[in-house]
Amino acid sequence: MALKLNQSEFEIVRDKGKCISCQVCVRQCSNDVHEYDEDDGTVLSDNSKCVGCHRCETLCPTGSIKIKRRESEFKSNANWTAEHLKNIYKQAETGGVVLTSMGCDKPYPVYWDHILFNASQVTNPSIDPLREPMEIKTFIGRKPDRLELKPVRESGSNIIRFKNNLEPQLELSVPVLFSAMSYGSISLNAVKSLAKAASEFGTFYNTGEGGLHKDLRGYGNNTIVQVASGRFGVDKDYLNSGAAVEIKIGQGAKPGIGGHLPGEKVNYDVSTTRMIPEGSDAISPAPHHDIYSIEDLSQLIYALKEATEYKKPVGVKISAVHNVAPIASGIVRAGADFISIDGFRGGTGAAPQVIRDNVGIPIELALAAVDIRLREEGIRHKVSLIVAGSIRSSADVIKAIALGADAVYIGTAALVALGCHLCQKCYTSKCNWGIATQDPYLTKRLNPEIGTRKLINLLTAWSHEIKEMLGGAGINAIESLRGNREHLRGVGLNEKELSILGIKHAGEAW
Amino acid sequence: MGIKQNNKLVDKNFNSTDMSIMPKIKFLEKKCIINADNVDYKTLNYAIRSILKEIDNSQNSDFPSKINKIELDNVLGQRYIGDGIQTRISISIKGTPGNDLAAFMDGPEIEIFGNVQDGTGNTMNSGKIIVHGSAGDILGYSMRGGEIYVKENVGYRSGIHMKSYLEKFPVIVVGGKAGHFLGEYMAGGIIIILGLCNSINPIKSFYLFDDDEVVGNYVGTGMHGGKIFVRGEISNHKLGKEIVKSEINEEDEIIIQKYLDNYYKYFGISNKEDIRLKDFTKLSPFSRRPYGKLYAY
Repeated sequence: MALKLNQSEFEIVRDKGKCISCQVCVRQCSNDVHEYDEDDGTVLSDNSKCVGCHRCETLCPTGSIKIKRRESEFKSNANWTAEHLKNIYKQAETGGVVLTSMGCDKPYPVYWDHILFNASQVTNPSIDPLREPMEIKTFIGRKPDRLELKPVRESGSNIIRFKNNLEPQLELSVPVLFSAMSYGSISLNAVKSLAKAASEFGTFYNTGEGGLHKDLRGYGNNTIVQVASGRFGVDKDYLNSGAAVEIKIGQGAKPGIGGHLPGEKVNYDVSTTRMIPEGSDAISPAPHHDIYSIEDLSQLIYALKEATEYKKPVGVKISAVHNVAPIASGIVRAGADFISIDGFRGGTGAAPQVIRDNVGIPIELALAAVDIRLREEGIRHKVSLIVAGSIRSSADVIKAIALGADAVYIGTAALVALGCHLCQKCYTSKCNWGIATQDPYLTKRLNPEIGTRKLINLLTAWSHEIKEMLGGAGINAIESLRGNREHLRGVGLNEKELSILGIKHAGEAW
Repeated sequence: MGIKQNNKLVDKNFNSTDMSIMPKIKFLEKKCIINADNVDYKTLNYAIRSILKEIDNSQNSDFPSKINKIELDNVLGQRYIGDGIQTRISISIKGTPGNDLAAFMDGPEIEIFGNVQDGTGNTMNSGKIIVHGSAGDILGYSMRGGEIYVKENVGYRSGIHMKSYLEKFPVIVVGGKAGHFLGEYMAGGIIIILGLCNSINPIKSFYLFDDDEVVGNYVGTGMHGGKIFVRGEISNHKLGKEIVKSEINEEDEIIIQKYLDNYYKYFGISNKEDIRLKDFTKLSPFSRRPYGKLYAY
C-alpha cells in the first residue's frame, strides 16, 4: 500500500525571475524546505515539508516566494475531509496520538462575532475619550461584602480609611493580562518580552507551570506564578517571587488532559527552572492527586495563602466545560480570589488534536453562565473572573467585560504580536519565528526588546480602542461596564443562545 | 510570659477579626512553648511565623535570640503548621496536626509525637519530618528535598511526584506499610518501606489490602525516576507497568543501612529487628521517558 504520509498542504511558488539565489530562505527554514543546488546555482523547494509559517516569504529580499494553499489534494468530500484522511494515514503508520498546537481551528460558532456592542445617541451623550477622563484600570481579587469606613486623623488632616483591611488585589492598568505560557513551551526571549511588556505597561504575565527563570525574578511584581499538579519549579522563593499564585486545574485547549513536556526539550536551562534533571520527562497529569473535591481545592488554596502569608491573591484556572458554572461557584466558596476560565478555542503548545477540537465549550457561553450563576448566588463580588480562549481584538475584550469578566488573558494574540503566524506546529519545537522553540539558532530571531515594544504597542492600541468604545457607549469607567449586558445585543442567535448569554436580540430596546 | 507581653508579635496589618483566641506562648531560654489548645489554625500559624520573624531579625531586638526550638502543645487538627517556613529551627508537635503539615517547607526540622494527617510535606523543598505514629494520604507530594521518617504506616499515594534535582534529594522512610499508589509519577529520590510495624508497634492493618505484603496496589504507576526499596516480596500484579523489580546491589545496601540506622535513632528503638538487607526488593522505572512513543509527529 503506497501511503504518502506527507501530503503537502502548501505549495511554494518561486518566481525564478526574481530569485537571486541568496539562500536566505534556506537558512531561515528549520523544516529544511529549501535547498541550494550548487551545480545549477538555483534554490529548490520541497512542498511536503512546508508548514506554512511564511518565514521565508516574509524575509525573501526580492519578494520571489509565495506560499499558497495547495488545493485539490484529495477528491473533494465535505464529510471525509483531507484532515481526516491524513490523520488516519498517519495513525495507521505510527499508532500514535495526533498532536497539534495553538487553538481549535474548526468552524464552531464564534459568539463574539454574533454579539454587537451599544453606542449612545441623543439621550445619553457619548464621551470623547481623547479629551475626557476615561478609566480602564481594574483590580483582580476578592472584594469585601460591604465597605466600612472610618475617619482617621493623619498628619494634621482628617481622612477616610477602610475599617477592615482589603484582601490583596492586583492592579491592572488595562483589563488584559498575558496568559500562562511556560518557559519550555516558548522560548526565554518570548517570556522575557511578555514579562517586560507586562512590567512596563502595568499588567501581568503568567509563568505557566514552567518555573521562573532567574532572569525573570526582577519582574516579580508583574508575575502570576502557576502551581500545577507536577509542581515544577515550585518552592517558597517561587511563590514569594510572584504577585499572585494561580492553581492550574485545566486548560481550554485540553480540558481533562495534563501537561507533558518531553525529555528532549528539557535542556539545561529548562531543567534549572523546572528543577528536574536534564532530559527527564516533565509529567504534569490532569488530576491533582491531592484534590478530589472542592474541600481539597480549598486546602491547596489556603496552603498557598499560608505560605505567602495572605499577601497575594490565589486563583484557580479551569477550562470551560459543561458544568463550569457550579464548578466556579465551588471554587469561590473554596476561597479563590480569582478564577481564570479558559474556553475551548484557547491555545496550547501541544495537545492531542482530538481533544483540542472536540472537548470543552466556547468561552462566551461559559463566562455568561458563570457570571449569572455567581450573581444569583450573591457571591460574584467575592471573586474576579479572568477569561481566556481566543480573545482576538479589543472588541472581544469589551464584549467579555460586558458579559461579566473582570479582565481577559491573551495568549495567542500576544504571540501573534511577537511574530507567530499560527502554523500550529509548536509541538515540533522548530518555530521559525523563535517563539515556540529552544533551539538557540532560532530563539535569537526574537529580540526581547523589540518583542516588548510590539506587545506594548498592542496593549496601547487596544486601550485606545477600548476607551473609544466605552466613550461611545457613554461609559467612563470599565468597572461600570462589567456584567452590563444591556450594552450587548445578539445577531443570528437562537432563543436558547440568547438566554444563556443573558442578552437581548438586536432590535430589542432596553 | 504570654503573648500580651509581646504585643509586637501582633502585626497591625493582620485583620484582628480573623484572630480567634491568641495562643499562650511561654519563652524559655532556648525554646518557646505554644499552647495550641482551642486556637484556630490561622492564628496559630500566624503566631509561629511571627516568632520566626523575630528570630530571623533577632540581632536588632530584645527578642530572646538563642531560641532554636518551638514546642507546640495540645495540637488538634490545625492545618498548615510549618507551611512555607524557611528559618532553620526545630519544631516539636504534641498532638495531631491537621492537613498540609510542612507544605512548601524549606529547612526546618519537625518532630511529631502523634499521627499526622493528609498532605504532610506537600512540595517540601528541604528539612526533616519525623512522625512518631502513622501518616495519612499523599505524604510528601512532589517533595523535592529533605527527609520524612514515619514510624508506623502511611496512607494512599505516598511519595507521588517526588523529584530530585542537583543536591536536592528527597527521602521517605516508612516503618510499617504503605497504601495504594505508592510513588506514583515518581521522578526522583528514594522511598524505603520497612514493613516493621507488626513487631515494633502492633497496629491493625487498616488498609484495603489484607495480605501480608507491605505495599498496596499500583506501586510506582507512571514512575520515571528514583528508587523504591521494599522489604520482602511484592506480587507482580501490584506493580505499575512502568517499573521493574530487581535485587539490590552493594550501593543500595549502603543507602538502606544509612536510613535504617536513622530510623532506629530517631525513634529510639533499641531492640532492633533482625533485618537482612538482602530481603529488600528494588523497584525502579524502566525508562525516564515512559510515554516517549505515545505521539505521532
